[in-house]
Amino acid sequence: MLRIVVDLNRCESYAQCVFAAPTVFWMKDEESLEYDYAPDDSLLVQVERAAAACPVQAISICWLDEQLEQQGGNHSEQQ
Amino acid sequence: MIQQSLYEQVLDYANRANPYPLYAQLRQTPVTRQTDGSYVVSTYREIVSLLHDPRIGSDFRKRSVHDRPPAGLSTNKEQAFKSQVPEVGTEASASNEGSETEVVPSFIGLDPPEHDRIRRQATWPFGPPHKPGRVADMESELICLANRQIDTMKGKSSIDIVEDFAYPIPVTMISKLLGVPPEDQARLHALSEAIIEGIDLDPQKSQEERKRRQEQSGQTFKDLEQYMEALIERHRKHPGSDLLSGLITDYGPDGPMAQPDIVSTASLLLIAGHETTVNLITNGMLTLLRHPDVLERLRREPNLVIRLVEELLRYEPPVQILPNRVALADITIAGTIIQKGSPVILLLASGSRDPARFHDPDKFDPDRRDNMHLGFGCGIHYCYGAPLARLETQIALTELVRRLENPRLAYDQPPYRQSATLRGPRHLIIEIDGVKD
Amino acid sequence: MSSNNAEKTSSSVQRSVQRIVIVGASLAGLSAAESLRSEGFAGTITVIGDEPHAPYDRPPLSKTVLTGWLQAEHTTLPQSVDLQAEWLLGMPAIGLDLGNREVELADGRRVGFDRLLISTGTHARTWPDLAQAALDGVCLLHTRDDAARLRARLAARPKRVLVIGGGFTGSEVASVCRELGLAVTVTERSATPLIGALGAAAGAFAGQLQRAHGVDLRCNVTVMSLEGDESGRLRCAYLSDGDILDIDVAVVALGAVRNVEWLRDSGLAFDSRGLACDAACRAFDINGIVTDGIFVAGDVARWPHPLYGGELLAVEHWGNAVEQARTAAHNMVSVPADFRAYKSLPAFWSRQFGVNLKTIGLPSFADEVVLTQGSVLERRLVAAYGYKGRIVAALTVNMARWLPAYKAMIEARVPFPPVLHSPDSSAELRPVPAGFPPHGQTTHSANAIKTGTGPSTPPPEESSTSDKVKDPRVPPGFQPK
Ligand SMILES: Cc1cc2nc3c(=O)[nH]c(=O)nc-3n(C[C@H](O)[C@H](O)[C@H](O)COP(=O)(O)OP(=O)(O)OC[C@H]3O[C@@H](n4cnc5c(N)ncnc54)[C@H](O)[C@@H]3O)c2cc1C
Ligand code: SF4
Repeated sequence: MLRIVVDLNRCESYAQCVFAAPTVFWMKDEESLEYDYAPDDSLLVQVERAAAACPVQAISICWLDEQLEQQGGNHSEQQ
Repeated sequence: MIQQSLYEQVLDYANRANPYPLYAQLRQTPVTRQTDGSYVVSTYREIVSLLHDPRIGSDFRKRSVHDRPPAGLSTNKEQAFKSQVPEVGTEASASNEGSETEVVPSFIGLDPPEHDRIRRQATWPFGPPHKPGRVADMESELICLANRQIDTMKGKSSIDIVEDFAYPIPVTMISKLLGVPPEDQARLHALSEAIIEGIDLDPQKSQEERKRRQEQSGQTFKDLEQYMEALIERHRKHPGSDLLSGLITDYGPDGPMAQPDIVSTASLLLIAGHETTVNLITNGMLTLLRHPDVLERLRREPNLVIRLVEELLRYEPPVQILPNRVALADITIAGTIIQKGSPVILLLASGSRDPARFHDPDKFDPDRRDNMHLGFGCGIHYCYGAPLARLETQIALTELVRRLENPRLAYDQPPYRQSATLRGPRHLIIEIDGVKD
Repeated sequence: MSSNNAEKTSSSVQRSVQRIVIVGASLAGLSAAESLRSEGFAGTITVIGDEPHAPYDRPPLSKTVLTGWLQAEHTTLPQSVDLQAEWLLGMPAIGLDLGNREVELADGRRVGFDRLLISTGTHARTWPDLAQAALDGVCLLHTRDDAARLRARLAARPKRVLVIGGGFTGSEVASVCRELGLAVTVTERSATPLIGALGAAAGAFAGQLQRAHGVDLRCNVTVMSLEGDESGRLRCAYLSDGDILDIDVAVVALGAVRNVEWLRDSGLAFDSRGLACDAACRAFDINGIVTDGIFVAGDVARWPHPLYGGELLAVEHWGNAVEQARTAAHNMVSVPADFRAYKSLPAFWSRQFGVNLKTIGLPSFADEVVLTQGSVLERRLVAAYGYKGRIVAALTVNMARWLPAYKAMIEARVPFPPVLHSPDSSAELRPVPAGFPPHGQTTHSANAIKTGTGPSTPPPEESSTSDKVKDPRVPPGFQPK
């Protein structure tokens, strides 16, 4: 399962992530970034574009193992 | 001949193909004062700090050095050059001080709060929060367009990446986006060329020649302005789903954009659409052909293109210099005091190669992490067209690499365009064995 | 920040450290575990958490989860490659044996360690009357489960929501209620919302925002009691202004309480302000001696910051949990000569009533505040906070891109008010009193405060009077005899 988190202290609301993955990230009002922490796996390419495009590199992505999430998500793997 | 300063050498066409060693020398002193009173900033930390500094403005009317030119300034090629070059790459500018035209500065040439308002108005029909999917929705169309261009290469053994590919893609897209009818595209192409020619002042040319070009460029601006006004009128009567119609009819909390702002915004988008992404795509292909191992990897791992384009924006950015900033107060930075009213010139491309920030900065490394390059600037003037430029380049390079068989440089190095600011090859001739379907 | 120092080799890791235990499986705990691995630590990492869930993120709980955009279960935090930690979840730690270097678990197990990280954070302060707190409809908001329950309540469209406490959590909940079109009353015991975190001047602005968005905001007012019907469902609230509100949901947003109870017999220097540590994140014991191998990070920590007069800070900030945990992790596996000092500036964001609020530095340290950019009317502004003539913090409202400049000014100890001549500021800057409540006077949610200079500095005036004033039901202006 795809999982993301954005460091909203670093985020300067450039909205580059929204342009790249408009169903995962969105701008609330003028300047507040909101996003889905658990986007559908099919959106991976869009999410990678978003993370790469962020001018302040505030977006982290990873894969989470479904069963292990229940017990703490012991394990994760990239791509 | 007088000894050229390092920055003058950067501007000198002789160094266009490889300005990076000069940048490295400039970085020895992060902020240097030029004889004309302007300050050149070349290190990453200082550039980022100034781009976030509320004491730095973008409105040239606030320059005191400009008001009181020191003796001899009028013959200073550099000053003439600087004041003309718009920051096309980051929110391009149609403001062109010095010539006779009265074009309203576009948002790049403005400071807050006007800048912020006009930029919000311009973003309303283009992206979030109102049209978040606009650029992403262009993906399939871009793929078609890139492939159509590649189809035209069938049967050829030698192609010019610039003319045959890198130019048509962004130009077609920006025209489409703005709602420029296809039959007008050739005319706009010519106008845009002429404007950049006028800005592209060759420091070697005589003063009369430069003046003539400047005037010509001013005239061209007028032509463009007239064209835009007519186009706006047409869209006002028959609005479509394009950006220009959006600017006119679909406005948000800031209200409708004023007519002169629509003209200047549309003009700058048009010029930016013509003059920046073409260089990014071309630089991309050039860099890949100089790094065949990376090209091979990209063929196997198409998603590598995402990071690769970011690395390109760091390594060979189309916008090398932001020449048009001004200090609104005395600013102490890196041990130097930038005096109030002085022009400030930010060498973005140098900052992105600063070894104090980037490990092994002269290496092209698409796996680079934490790649906070300055390719699109940063702060409030962050490039408006960045999302489109990224997507276009990602798709363009992916498709080229996928379909061209055995691409190789006909010769290294390619001839460069005049501008030191908007730097890129004029032609990029490559040889191929064929085109895959 | 530079990519140069990203590469670490395991040679820099202390060999004697084999077993690391982290108590508190949330943001700081996860961040530390991640950093330990990127520091090259290859030994065992055991993470103990009393919540049953994998680490998840709290900020969306009062924002996107409540609006219904994000499901509560979707807030799980990403974990990077090869974390290989052992997770003991749903398992409270109940004691710490420093002598034997063991953590005692609720099921009687004891887990030994070479290095321990304490990142037990906070929990929500509860309503003081237990019977009233148990009424159906009285909610807290701290955990994912709290958020799911509150979301269900809001989705059922209650006729009016009462938010008790105008700190950040309370304000964000009220904002969501208005967004959902629900009637909402906010009671705040002091003069403005957000006063503890931002001061009365900025708090007044926050109050205007609330009212402009249709919140029934009552400042200088407390809730005296909550009342239920025969079946135990919340029915109404009695306010100190004499009003009786007809409500079916009340959100108790009275701030956070440090989770330090489990350290009761440990001998560490903790109290209600948190667990004191040094700049290297090492915990102090009750004698003010720095411990060996016991580290602290996140909301539970009290730590010294060089920019704020050496006072120990206690903050409830996402960024602090991440950064402090990174520093702690580095120091846990390093020899003292390679220790790093934790000196990140506090940074915070909130989203409410159409604006993005961000702060850098410690506003509550300030005595004055000044509008430096933008305009109050447009709800886009930057304000700088000053203390004795130097800038110590800044607040942006929908103008976040300027924050880095202010961060640099704070770090450079630039004089206050700063000379900017920025195009969007007025020619003359006019500082006004920042309006923080006097030191020691409790507000509902201070969010970031200074807490005295040393590990053993007693908390300000722990007398029976101040205990009374701490009771959220006590009305403002109450003079104990
Ligand atoms: C609703 C809400 C909204 C927020 N919004 C923002 C925001 O917009 N911006 C911002 O900067 N910050 C925000 N915060 C603050 C931020 O979430 C915290 O600063 C952060 O969660 C602190 O992380 P932590 O790991 O230190 O502590 P916590 O997240 O409090 O985690 C501590 C963990 O330890 C566990 N624990 C406690 N005692 C024991 C024990 N004895 N044994 C085992 N486990 C134990 C707890 O159950 C908990 O899971 C918000 C917080 C909340 C609650
Ligand atoms: S691209 Fe980065 S800075 Fe911009 S909104 Fe997204 S996360 Fe924030």
